[in-house]
Amino acid sequence: MFAAVAIGRLVRFASRLTRHGGSALPGKVVERIDPGFLARTLGRLPYGVVLVSGTNGKTTTTRMVASMLTDLGLKVFTNPTGSNFTRGVVSALLTQVSLGGRLDADIAVLELDEAYAVHFVRQVRPRYALLLNVMRDQLDRFGEIDNTARLLGHVAEATTGTVVLNREDPRIAALAKLAPEGTEVRYFGLADDLKRFFPSDDDMATTVATEERAEAQDAGAAAGAPLSPSVDGQLPSGRGAETAGLSVDGQLPSGKGAEVGAVGSPLGGELSVQPTEGSAEGSGRDDSDAPVLPADVTLAAVGDHEATFLMDGAEHRAKVRLEGVYNLYNAAAALAVTRAVRPDATPDELVRAAGNVTPAFGRGEIIDVNGSPVELLLVKNPMGFRLALASFDASQATTMIAINDEYADGRDMSWLWDVDFTSLREGGVAMVSGVRAWDMALRLEYDQVPVGAVETDLDKAVERFVTEPGPLGRPRHIYCTYTAMLRARAALGRITDVSDAGVGR
Amino acid sequence: MRTIDVVSLYPKDMNIYGDSGNVLTVRRRLELYGYAPRVHMVDQDDPWPEHVDVILGGGGQDAGQRKVIDDLHERADDLRAMAADGVPMLMICGMYQLFGEYFKTIDGDRMEGIGVLGAYTIGKPQRLIGNLVEHSDEFGDIIGYENHSGQTFLREDAEPLGYVKSLDGAGNNGSDDTEGARAHNVIGTYMHGSLLPKNPAVADFLIRRAVERRYGAFDTDEQTPEQRQTLEHLDRVIRSARHVAASRPR
Repeated sequence: MFAAVAIGRLVRFASRLTRHGGSALPGKVVERIDPGFLARTLGRLPYGVVLVSGTNGKTTTTRMVASMLTDLGLKVFTNPTGSNFTRGVVSALLTQVSLGGRLDADIAVLELDEAYAVHFVRQVRPRYALLLNVMRDQLDRFGEIDNTARLLGHVAEATTGTVVLNREDPRIAALAKLAPEGTEVRYFGLADDLKRFFPSDDDMATTVATEERAEAQDAGAAAGAPLSPSVDGQLPSGRGAETAGLSVDGQLPSGKGAEVGAVGSPLGGELSVQPTEGSAEGSGRDDSDAPVLPADVTLAAVGDHEATFLMDGAEHRAKVRLEGVYNLYNAAAALAVTRAVRPDATPDELVRAAGNVTPAFGRGEIIDVNGSPVELLLVKNPMGFRLALASFDASQATTMIAINDEYADGRDMSWLWDVDFTSLREGGVAMVSGVRAWDMALRLEYDQVPVGAVETDLDKAVERFVTEPGPLGRPRHIYCTYTAMLRARAALGRITDVSDAGVGR
Repeated sequence: MRTIDVVSLYPKDMNIYGDSGNVLTVRRRLELYGYAPRVHMVDQDDPWPEHVDVILGGGGQDAGQRKVIDDLHERADDLRAMAADGVPMLMICGMYQLFGEYFKTIDGDRMEGIGVLGAYTIGKPQRLIGNLVEHSDEFGDIIGYENHSGQTFLREDAEPLGYVKSLDGAGNNGSDDTEGARAHNVIGTYMHGSLLPKNPAVADFLIRRAVERRYGAFDTDEQTPEQRQTLEHLDRVIRSARHVAASRPR
């Protein structure tokens, strides 16, 4: 034990010295020489482990849960650097445990990649699991989206205390069936009129679909048919053909019909999954008589740095430092699991704690360059990219996009075609960079978005983007994939002061 | 303006890995050649539009295939007749499999295809996955990304879309160097990427066949100078994107 920790520390120190970032290597060494390290160390925590997984929002949500639990008086261990692999957790533990192997913490809040979460729960059964969503993300690693849901099913099965599920994601909500006897299931949810911001993954709202839909709606308007209230022109919320036939009911703007329809079969096998809303394929659109699962925390309304959460039938407004409706929904998720851990906390204490959360590294992190704000927005998959684009008025910012295709980003560039970029047409994209800059530029060409420059060298591109004079006071947004974000951040660090997030180059 | 009717087949259930980029590409290039594309989304139970000039189908999960299979068999006679009559079609991944003779999944289920392509597919435990460049005499290098666990085998008289350079575990089945299949003007392939944006030779093949069938000959008489310039610019970006994509690791 003693030796394992000491050797792990040494490897970590050495890998930092050699500037390899040091995220996973020491974990690898310790896993080999002391395979029981993880289970033994985490098994001693009085409040156990909170495991956070899902496709989008893991890092932000984990940070929120950790921050809120700290505010509520717990000593929290977490893996803050996005090293969401089992080895990354072991490496992070190594920095915290005493040489005797004790972790001075009450609870661990851990972000885990879907595939690694399965490995993890074989070693450590979490007391709480927070399962966010399954979306098309790096399908080249996990295969198919239904398979990803199956991976998260193993997490639900292993959870001993409370499983907190996203009520609005049918593949996640369906995992309730897998919670073992004695494990409680809770949900976080969205008010109906916010659902339009969250198209389901089954609505692949591509440019074609959006434009077809717009045409269909024009036709509908001409024929005097009532328009769906969800038409915002920005965030496509339904499929073209489908909306053409069905938008007239104006009832469920987020294309729920398709979503519920998809629940019927995806998990297969021993999982006989029932739709969470409505009982037959396609019937979800009429949700007047469909049973709605009660949510422990519902995101009821959003404003400028402000959110209203519904808990126990009462609305609670919170001032928040986070931007974007998807982050506020993550806050609802974080609140739900935090309540499960601290049932004695009052709603006021909870929303106050939510208000103290700051954006995570590279997830809406704002870096000041010579008095002008540069915001780094991590985009990893079509849904995340669409939500990020929808969260900002593109005409009020100068935009750069950096796309890499390293292993951590996903090699497959197909996902760029599942994002609708037409909202950038008016303002254009000043700079396109990354290894796959030309794929991105081509994508923008097909959406007829003007491109200022293409520079595959990310260091040069970042420097040029942030130092070229732009419209006064207008923020700069850099949308970037994971490794592009690390690189862009390092490049910014050479131009201005960027706080050390504990991640190497 | 001469209209071309483009059918996107099963966009709801068979559209994964950005296959809608193919629809976008055909539509945009038709516009830039001076035609008026009209895109029709055809899902289960939707009628065919009055005209069908070109059909584009995408990939999907096994669950998606099961959802469309009954409808596909109801359309099978129409599709076979259109294929025999020269309607250009592009079928990616899951739809490629269903355009073959059958797909025996790893669980032992057998899904009957519609037999437009002389190919059959067997589900296997390992996925064939990664960046891929294949060569076709007609289209040159075709660049994309494959991701499938079904392995497809061609009948003796069937023609592949292209050949992979003896890469281990790439192409139709990882062993015979073929990728995709062709019959009439129908192309089946595992190439995502999306395929057509970076492979304009394939896109233009589909477009030309569609136009020739409907209007007798392909020409750019109604193309404006701006459209020609835009297309030239687009093709320059495509060349750069192809160059980078072809150099990336598997």
